[in-house]
Amino acid sequence: MRVRPALPSLNVPDQTISEKILSAKSAENTRAGDVVTCKIAVAMGTDGCIPMAIDYFEAMGGEQVFAPEKIFFALDHYAPAPSQKTAELHRRIRDFAARQGVRVWEIGDGIGNRLMVESGRVLPGALAVGADSHAVTYGALNAFATGIGSSDLAAAMITGEIWLRVPESIKIALNGELAPGVFAKDVALALARQLRADGANYQALEFCGPGIASFEIDDRLVLANLSVEMGAKNGIFPADEKTFAYLGKKFEPVEPDANAIYAREISLDLARIEPQIALPHKVDQVVDVAEAAGTPVQSGLSRDLYWRPRSRFPPGSRHSQVRRRTRARRTTRHHAASRSVLETLTADGTLTDFIQMGAVIVTPGGGSCCGACGEIPGDGVNVISTANRNFKGRMGNSSASIYLASPASCAAAAVTGKIADPRAL
Amino acid sequence: MTIKGRARVFGDDINTDYIITSRRKRESLDPQYLRAYLFEELDPNFAATIQPGDLIVAGKNFGCGSAMEVAVTAVRGAGIEAILARTFSRTYYRNAVNNGLYPLICDTSLIHEGDRIFITQDITQDGGLLIANETTGEIVRGEPIPSTLLPILTAGGLVPHFRLKLTRR
Repeated sequence: MRVRPALPSLNVPDQTISEKILSAKSAENTRAGDVVTCKIAVAMGTDGCIPMAIDYFEAMGGEQVFAPEKIFFALDHYAPAPSQKTAELHRRIRDFAARQGVRVWEIGDGIGNRLMVESGRVLPGALAVGADSHAVTYGALNAFATGIGSSDLAAAMITGEIWLRVPESIKIALNGELAPGVFAKDVALALARQLRADGANYQALEFCGPGIASFEIDDRLVLANLSVEMGAKNGIFPADEKTFAYLGKKFEPVEPDANAIYAREISLDLARIEPQIALPHKVDQVVDVAEAAGTPVQSGLSRDLYWRPRSRFPPGSRHSQVRRRTRARRTTRHHAASRSVLETLTADGTLTDFIQMGAVIVTPGGGSCCGACGEIPGDGVNVISTANRNFKGRMGNSSASIYLASPASCAAAAVTGKIADPRAL
Repeated sequence: MTIKGRARVFGDDINTDYIITSRRKRESLDPQYLRAYLFEELDPNFAATIQPGDLIVAGKNFGCGSAMEVAVTAVRGAGIEAILARTFSRTYYRNAVNNGLYPLICDTSLIHEGDRIFITQDITQDGGLLIANETTGEIVRGEPIPSTLLPILTAGGLVPHFRLKLTRR
């Protein structure tokens, strides 16, 4: 819990990044614990949540959304629609959006949360909400981003506002640089291992430290994305040259005050982080990959593996080197996070490599991660995935087991047929 | 506020996929349909044993994972009025309040499956909750419901609360 000074400091700035953004958006000088009504910059909904949001919207007496250009709908859970009923949900969403003038990201455009980041509409200092728990992902761009349900989305679409309890922040200092073969996903899993599934409940994860400089935006997205698996309300990064380069423009960054008060501080020495893996069926049940090495993946029944890199592999990057050394002889499922990622993978030849390796290229989207669409793993099958949840039954079969790891560790499993340390390849 | 019922006990970190699986919600969003599949990943036979007036009792981090609201509406649709847990995931907590399902925070370690629970507000003190376990005779105190949220809960959820606010404007 936040430790308040015995006497309020006199005009000594002491706000975290989250406190600053929520102060600006509520026009109040807020501190952790305050409940404030804030103006939102943008709101996103997915086909998993919008149909109910439309029901709530109508039940609330909503007629017009407050600002159509600030609302985005993504058809990413049922992409493509696996049934008549889900096709009907899509029809309803498209009809509502057409009436209201709201933009719809169609089937195949990608994961809504990724598209929000790519849209250029989430900027440093913004307050963004998404009717999807992984809306926290946009925090990588120095925005306050949090997940909400359908009813909150409906109210936000009508009013352009949302009430929020200002969270305490946990300061996560990243120091040093990652060793070869270790990636942002390993850092995120190492953090989940330390904080556990509720270690940041109701709180913000505020990342800082010199280690951030070496993290590309795609790496930051991975860390912000997984913050909700520790219960966090949001995960937020500072803005730097990489942020501005990604957004194509310089913005005023939101930085914490020197005297900002944190609930706790965690320091990570990146160089000491080993490849990590989350064991079935909990995201926080994490061990070093080396400890789980040898576990057969998709043993016997089918030779499928799920390999879902969420981020692009820039040519010459560490990802790319791992990839080029691997020639998987078994099938993998590859979901690009978005159409533009798919375009990049096509342009740099990665996709050809994947296809020649036997990968099945699946529609960009997030449905197979939660059994909403796509292939369901068979009984007793071990799946290794770069996704973010491994709950029992998460991919549609409670008899399957899901392991979560970095793209490199998934590649290593694709090559060897068992869980393996990617550095050994 | 008075709530009473029979305790149905779960453990820690019950995620929304365990409350209702994602694949069920693509068949229907109707709580009366979904209620038949509540908690099926944990026990396929559980849903059939739910009676209106049952209370869900859990450990820490109830409702973690996806923010899908059917994990609340299906519970509400089964006639469950309140969930008692040591802590809630924040998205579940919000969704519960927005649908008039009482998320009550208290020490649940002494409550067992089938215990009769009686919940009242302690109006003599801070408005905190008194949770009486009539089966064991134990009484524990629960956290008060935040005053900003009480109007939403007493209205029956965000929809009636919102309509009320609109008419007052």
